[in-house]
Amino acid sequence: MSNTAPILEVRDLVTAFDTDAGRMTAVDGIRFDVPRGKTFGIVGESGCGKSVTAFSITRLLPQPHGKILGGSIHFEGRDLASLPIEEMQRVRGNDISMIFQEPMTALNPVQTVGRQLAEAILLHTECSTADVLARSIDMMQKVRIPAPVQRLNEYPHQLSGGMRQRVMIAMALINKPKLLIADEPTTALDVTVQAQILELIADLQQEMGMSVILITHDLGVIAQVCDEVAVMYAGRIIERAGVFELFAQPRHAYTQGLLESIPRIDSMPKTQLKAIPGNVPGIADFKPGCRFGERSGRAHSAEHLNTRPPFVEISANHWVENCPICVA
Amino acid sequence: MSLLTVQNLQQHFPVRGGLLRRSVASCKAVDGVSFSLGEGETLGLVGESGCGKTTLGKAIVRLLNPTAGSIHFEGQDITHASMRTLRPMRRHIQMIFQDPAESLNPRHTVRDILEEPFIVQKIGTPPERKKWVAELLDKVGLSAASSDRFPFEFSGGQRQRIGIARAIALKPKLIICDEPVSALDVSVQSQVLNLLLDLQRDMGLSYLFIAHGLNVVKHMSDRVAVMYLGKIVELAPATELYQNPRHAYTKALLDAIPIADPTQRRERQLLRGDVPSPINPPPGCAFGHRMKHPKWEQSVGMDLTLKEIAPGHFVQPCPCCT
Repeated sequence: MSNTAPILEVRDLVTAFDTDAGRMTAVDGIRFDVPRGKTFGIVGESGCGKSVTAFSITRLLPQPHGKILGGSIHFEGRDLASLPIEEMQRVRGNDISMIFQEPMTALNPVQTVGRQLAEAILLHTECSTADVLARSIDMMQKVRIPAPVQRLNEYPHQLSGGMRQRVMIAMALINKPKLLIADEPTTALDVTVQAQILELIADLQQEMGMSVILITHDLGVIAQVCDEVAVMYAGRIIERAGVFELFAQPRHAYTQGLLESIPRIDSMPKTQLKAIPGNVPGIADFKPGCRFGERSGRAHSAEHLNTRPPFVEISANHWVENCPICVA
Repeated sequence: MSLLTVQNLQQHFPVRGGLLRRSVASCKAVDGVSFSLGEGETLGLVGESGCGKTTLGKAIVRLLNPTAGSIHFEGQDITHASMRTLRPMRRHIQMIFQDPAESLNPRHTVRDILEEPFIVQKIGTPPERKKWVAELLDKVGLSAASSDRFPFEFSGGQRQRIGIARAIALKPKLIICDEPVSALDVSVQSQVLNLLLDLQRDMGLSYLFIAHGLNVVKHMSDRVAVMYLGKIVELAPATELYQNPRHAYTKALLDAIPIADPTQRRERQLLRGDVPSPINPPPGCAFGHRMKHPKWEQSVGMDLTLKEIAPGHFVQPCPCCT
C-alpha cells in the first residue's frame, strides 16, 4: 500500500439503533477519507451522528441495539464493518485508539493509573514487568505529566481534569496506534487547559506519525488544528473540504449559517448575531430529502424535502450534499 | 448612581474535617471583589472553572450569606438583609441558570413555572396571570400553546427561553446570567444571545453575564471583569480589554481562545499548570505564583487593590503580571 493512500476509507456507512419506537438511523450513508498523518475534523451539533460515526469505526456501538446496517470502513486493507469481534479487539487499542470527552467516566475509578496503563500494554503485547513500567513512565513523560512515577500509583480522582485527560491520551497512545479518534477531547476543560491538550495531541501526532479524527462541536478548535473537515447535520455529512477552503468558501447553507452565527472576537459588541432559526431536528424527525431545508430560510419544494440530494465533488476535494436550494 | 455596587465582597466556605467535623480551613471562593453595575449595562465576568464567578453571582442574588464586604442594590444594603426584607427586592434581581433542564421543575407545566413568580409576590388575579404568561411566552418567542406542556417536551434552546421568561416575569432591573448558553448547540446559542440583547434594549435590563466563552462575553458586554482565584485581576471596557489586555492572566486567556479562522493560526504562549485550589491560596499575586514569576515575591504583602491605569481600565498592580 502506498503511503499516499488514505488510512481510513468510509463508504456509505449506515448505522441504526433499534428502539421501542422502531429503527432509528443515526448515521445515514456517509463517506469520507482520513488522509495519512493528518487531522480530520468532524464538526456538528448534538445528535448529528458524529459520535456514532466514531463508535461505528471502533465497533463500540451499544449492544444489542446499535447496528451497522450497510457500507464499509476500510482500514489498512481490512473492512472493519464486517470484521469478527475477536479480530476487532486486536485492532482496537492497538492500531486504532479512542479518547473520550469525560475522562472521569472513561477511566476506572478503583484502579491506579499505572495498572490501567499496564492493562493497555499487556492486552496487546507480551512484556516483562520491568518493560511495562519503563514504557508507562516513558509515556507519562511524553504526555507531560510531572512526577510520573508517583502519578502511576495514584487514582484518577487524585488528578485534575487536565491531568486525567493526559492519562487517557497516554493510555490511547501507549501501543503507538496508526489512527487516534478523539471524541470531544477538550469540551469538559477550560480554554487554557484545552489549548494545552490540543497542542499535546498535535505534538504527539508529529512525533508518532499517526492520523487523527477529531470530533468536536467547536468550529474554533477545527480551524486551529484540522487539515480536513466534514460538517455533519442530522446523520449526514453535508459538506467536506480542506479546512482553509471550507472556512473561506463554505458552499452549503448550513455551513454558512454556522460560521456566521459564532460571535467573533473582532465583532461589534452588543449587535445582533446572525442566527439559524429553529432547532436541531431529533432523530425521529429526519426527512428523507434535504434535512436542513426547513431551517434554511429558503423555500424548499416537497420534492427537495423528500428526495435525497446527491453527495458530489463540487470542486477538487470539496464535497457537498448538493441540494439545489441550500447550495446556490 | 449605579444600580448595583459590590465592595470588597468575600464569600468563604468552611472546610470541615476530623472526627468532630470542625472547620479546619476555609475555601475562599470569592475573596475581596469590588465593582459596580449601571442601569442598562452588561458586565461580563470571565475566568476558568473554580475561579468563583458562579459563587459571586449567587452571593449577589443572596442565595448565600456573604462572609464580609457589602452589596448595595439601588442604594440599599442587602448584604445581610433578612429573608423578609429581601422578598420585595427579589422582584428586581433575577437569575438565569446554565442548564435549563435542571433549573425547571419537571413536574410543572410551563404555565405553572411562569405563574409562580406572580404567586410568590402575590401579584394579579388568575385571569390576569394567564394573560401575562401568554405575553411572556410571546416575548421569548414561544407559542401560546406551549403553556400546557412540560419542560421535557422542549429542546434545550426552548427550555432556556422558558428560563428567561421566568426571569423577566416580574420586570426585574438586574439579571444574573450564569453561563446561559454554554449547554446549547452552536446554531441555537446565537438565537438566545439575540433574545437577551433584545430584552435588554426593550426593558432596560442590567446583566451580570457570567461565562467562560470569551468571545461570547465580549459580544454581550459593555465592560468585562476577569476573575482569577476569587479576585478580579482586570476590569475594562469590552473592546479595550480585548485590544489592550494588561494583566498576564487576561493575555493568557485571550491567547487560548481557538479562533474560528484557519488563516489565524498562531504559536501560543501556553499557560502551564492548573488553577490552584482556593483553599489556602498562595499569598500575593496568585497568578504570578502559578507562573513561578521571578518577581512574584515582591507582590507578597503588597496592596493589590485594582488601580485605574486608563479611563475605566482597572488592573491589579502586581509587579509580576502587569
